[in-house]
Amino acid sequence: MSEAPKDLKYTKSHEWVRSEADGSVTVGITDHAQELLGDLVFVEAPEAGSTIEAGTACATVESVKAASDIYAPISGEVTAVNEDLADSPEKVNESPFEDGWLFKVEPSDAGQLDALMDADAYAAHVEAES
Amino acid sequence: MTTLKTTPLHAAHQRAGAKLVDFAGWEMPLHYGSQMEEHKRVRESAGMFDVSHMQVVDIHGPQAQAFLRYLLANDVAKLKTEGRALYSCMLNEAGGVIDDLIIYWTGGDTYRAVVNAATAEGDIAHMQAVAKDFDVNVEPRPEFALIAIQGPQAVEKTLPLLPADLRNAGDLKPFSAVWNDKWFVARTGYTGEDGFEVMLPADEADDLWEKLKDAGVHPIGLGARDTLRLEAGMNLYGTDMDDQTNPLTANLGWTIALKDAERDFIGRAPIEQSKAEGVKERMVGLVLDGRGVLRGGTRIETEAGDGVVTSGSFAPSLGVSVAFARIPAGVEAEQLHADIRGRKLPVRVVKPVFVRNGEPQIDLPKN
Repeated sequence: MSEAPKDLKYTKSHEWVRSEADGSVTVGITDHAQELLGDLVFVEAPEAGSTIEAGTACATVESVKAASDIYAPISGEVTAVNEDLADSPEKVNESPFEDGWLFKVEPSDAGQLDALMDADAYAAHVEAES
Repeated sequence: MTTLKTTPLHAAHQRAGAKLVDFAGWEMPLHYGSQMEEHKRVRESAGMFDVSHMQVVDIHGPQAQAFLRYLLANDVAKLKTEGRALYSCMLNEAGGVIDDLIIYWTGGDTYRAVVNAATAEGDIAHMQAVAKDFDVNVEPRPEFALIAIQGPQAVEKTLPLLPADLRNAGDLKPFSAVWNDKWFVARTGYTGEDGFEVMLPADEADDLWEKLKDAGVHPIGLGARDTLRLEAGMNLYGTDMDDQTNPLTANLGWTIALKDAERDFIGRAPIEQSKAEGVKERMVGLVLDGRGVLRGGTRIETEAGDGVVTSGSFAPSLGVSVAFARIPAGVEAEQLHADIRGRKLPVRVVKPVFVRNGEPQIDLPKN
């Protein structure tokens, strides 16, 4: 069974969001998502400085098996991307919620966070999908 | 919901925590944790595959050779030493590929074939239908388990675990086998590495599997099996060719034995005709040096029209994506473009062999 930390918010498309102290949010893919994808080989995050819009594809992760779009969980400006993933995409498999984070966003409307699922709702969503 | 078939090693896969998937009606391990790790183990040390879903078919009888020379596109008359094997296609009347298989000559008028799981039922029906005109028996042997042990350390790790009378397997040349009344050990594989494929009684499979594991041979799933064979330049039936495919367009021309003009075989006439007319497509290898992964179905642009990737993946031994692609025959360009989800990325055209015995067979981009 894959884990889903309680302090994060989740999307139906298996991204997670962490609210940071400075008001920004960190985005990644869940343990369940990395398990489904298998070993990642490339991660294409949005560029720092670009603007993303909630619900639209903004990044791609490619595993040995398949390419998968990452959907922006929230609208805003991308402030940082995880540069380590360029050389070590396996970090997403090994540590999806910590070292394998994808990018950080300065939300344009922090209220969008309320529309995301909590860990229990996400666990139920995963259960329903399988 | 039909019940999936399981192999004699099913319990071993469950013990090892395998991710099990439906493969051609069999519940088989996709990986045991990380496909990438498994791939690398085979290239660097040794790994083992449960291939018990593949089917063994024994062919024997006074006309066994005549039957096989008619049934198969490669010529079993080339097998001059007991235990030697040939890779061959079995074609239909139109020259399409019913299956690819390995056929061993086991002495006298006996042969042994190993066919793909997905096609086994149809293969056996076809063989038995053709056999009606010959004095020959086609006998499926579903009671065997098959374990492939592959990698630079596969032979040394496996030899001590073989029955004492089969330890001369270490002296086997590639595509050769030794056997006793229960076990059959061949120096063959589907990875581009040295190793064995071992057929043994189903009730002994779990024991050998565990002993191999204790010797440091890691279980490898179908995921890594696919990337290993792709890197090694080996076709996958159903992906790189099927019953609609002219083998000359799938890099299989070398397996079609036309030399003996006297020998008729199923599919010979259409193959000779297409050879005389010239085929319209050919299969090449592709390397994508940039970021991205070529996959089955990826469109390849050429000056003479589109080609298509038949098999493509990230190549764990190379750190780039490689593929087989069928492209218009006349295209000689060294660089083409792949349409990867809307982006046009340059790909290099190479011979479709990427890794052999752990060594890259292509130039790699310098970091």
